[in-house]
Amino acid sequence: MLKDQDRIFTNLYGMHDRTLDGARKRGHWDNTADLIGKGRDWIVDEMKQSGLRGRGGAGFPTGLKWSFMPKESDGRPHYLVVNADESEPGTCKDREIMRHDPHTLIEGCLIASFAMSAHACYIYIRGEYIREREALQAAINEAYDAGLLGKNAAGSGWDFDLYLTHGAGAYICGEETALLESLEGKKGMPRMKPPFPAGAGLYGCPTTVNNVESIAVVPTVLRRGASWFSSFGRQNNAGTKIFAVSGHVNNPCVVEEEMSISFEELIERHCGGIRGGWDNLKAVIPGGSSVPCVRGEKMKDAVMDFDALREVGSSLGTAAVIVMDKDTDIIKAIWRLSKFYKHESCGQCTPCREGTGWMMRVMDRLVKGQAEVEEIDMLLDVTKQVEGHTICALGDAAAWPIQGLIRNFRDEIEDRIKAKRAGRMSAVAAE
Amino acid sequence: MTTQAAEPAPEALAEIIEAHTHLEGPLLPILHAMQEAFGFVPGTAVPVIAKALKLTRAEVHGVISFYHDFREAPAGRHTVKICRAEACQAVGGAALSEAVLSKLGIGWGETTPDGAVTVEPVYCLGLCACAPAAMVDGKVMGRADADRLTALAGEGAA
Repeated sequence: MLKDQDRIFTNLYGMHDRTLDGARKRGHWDNTADLIGKGRDWIVDEMKQSGLRGRGGAGFPTGLKWSFMPKESDGRPHYLVVNADESEPGTCKDREIMRHDPHTLIEGCLIASFAMSAHACYIYIRGEYIREREALQAAINEAYDAGLLGKNAAGSGWDFDLYLTHGAGAYICGEETALLESLEGKKGMPRMKPPFPAGAGLYGCPTTVNNVESIAVVPTVLRRGASWFSSFGRQNNAGTKIFAVSGHVNNPCVVEEEMSISFEELIERHCGGIRGGWDNLKAVIPGGSSVPCVRGEKMKDAVMDFDALREVGSSLGTAAVIVMDKDTDIIKAIWRLSKFYKHESCGQCTPCREGTGWMMRVMDRLVKGQAEVEEIDMLLDVTKQVEGHTICALGDAAAWPIQGLIRNFRDEIEDRIKAKRAGRMSAVAAE
Repeated sequence: MTTQAAEPAPEALAEIIEAHTHLEGPLLPILHAMQEAFGFVPGTAVPVIAKALKLTRAEVHGVISFYHDFREAPAGRHTVKICRAEACQAVGGAALSEAVLSKLGIGWGETTPDGAVTVEPVYCLGLCACAPAAMVDGKVMGRADADRLTALAGEGAA
């Protein structure tokens, strides 16, 4: 269990002062110039040592990502772009940071930009986050007024500008290259990689795209030291992490915890247990809507980190834990996700544009039981055709929940089809 | 339909474009500003924007139609957006939207015949803790209920 003094986000719930003064009292913006004074290599090394893995879902080591940026500018400016387009169903961690503890993010932007020789940083926030945009913009203005941003930011000698831009209602813009396209004022359609953004990103310049949480932890990690941060969690899964637990638990919550905490401890300690007890647990989606679900009995002893969740056939993703008890019509729940991905596919790649629609329509019939048993394998086959055959990960994200469903709950799908054929619907499906 | 905001003056369009051309990637900020000023992105703006930014009209149209937030026709005097994401659905969001739509006698994306209210879906306003959430004329509202949302229709008709 994470001790209070080890929390990075000390105002996650907005109980304290969220202004600059309040943030300073909690230790943010403390001697930022000194951290910057230690130099680029020190910062990047420290981030590598800390073992921080990107918090946006893919879990790529942040320090390593930073080191891909060119050391010396070839004349093109460098950019840092912060991905605050948090639109994945179930994920709601970044909004708490931006709403209640925005200065962690702003300070992180300054330090990270310095480490990558960027004089400008863009935060791309989703259009629907009205309150978060207001809070973040207010905090940015405060920081400008206090001389923490702008020329000679925070007295570090580094000129730095921070811009907040907002999207217009497209989930796909959370994909890093689509986000860059959108920032450039185009349709948010992902780009082919390579070239990777570190080589040619925003306006063709070297760019790094990081998640809000990855950037917001940076100042504290540097201040308290890489070894402090890496002392939490298992090897290769270091640090603290914000978990967003929703669904059928007694107290859904967003909480900062150690990585590699067991699922049981996370739920018991912070969420007041599963609704109706552990025997009532049916399935868990441990990392936001785009990762496969896991059967409840496999999940109880699971450890919440990148590597351990891969072993149970899922992924940590954004650590948005969706808990479903036995009241849940799991087929319908996954159908809902299929519908979401169909709606949000940008239409650029055929397997995704067409595949998400096919998958949703088959799911539609599976929910009602109006299908042949053979169609389950056909659907699985379609998901495999979509997965890995698209430019961005949205195709994968649409395929994985269905694969998880078929892997774990094939019996339930078959039962429903048989029941329909025999003329009796299960109680859940009849609703 | 209402007669408000029929055709914005060319000067107004030029002014908005002018105010943003110094930005990098100015297209989205321009579209946001137009939507703010006129309530929609007028069709007459497309060639003007395209010319100013050295884009084709198709490219500008593509961007407008790609993002859900941009509107190509004026909405009603009030816009009600009801959240249809998971957390809101879990606490009666679907019933809420059904009630609002049936009370107003319209469907998603439609405007009441008197031009008072347009109802649109939105996906997660970030107010899951006080769901169901809605947004009325750009202001977010937690624990929304059908009476509060449809009260606007009466107000508009008066």
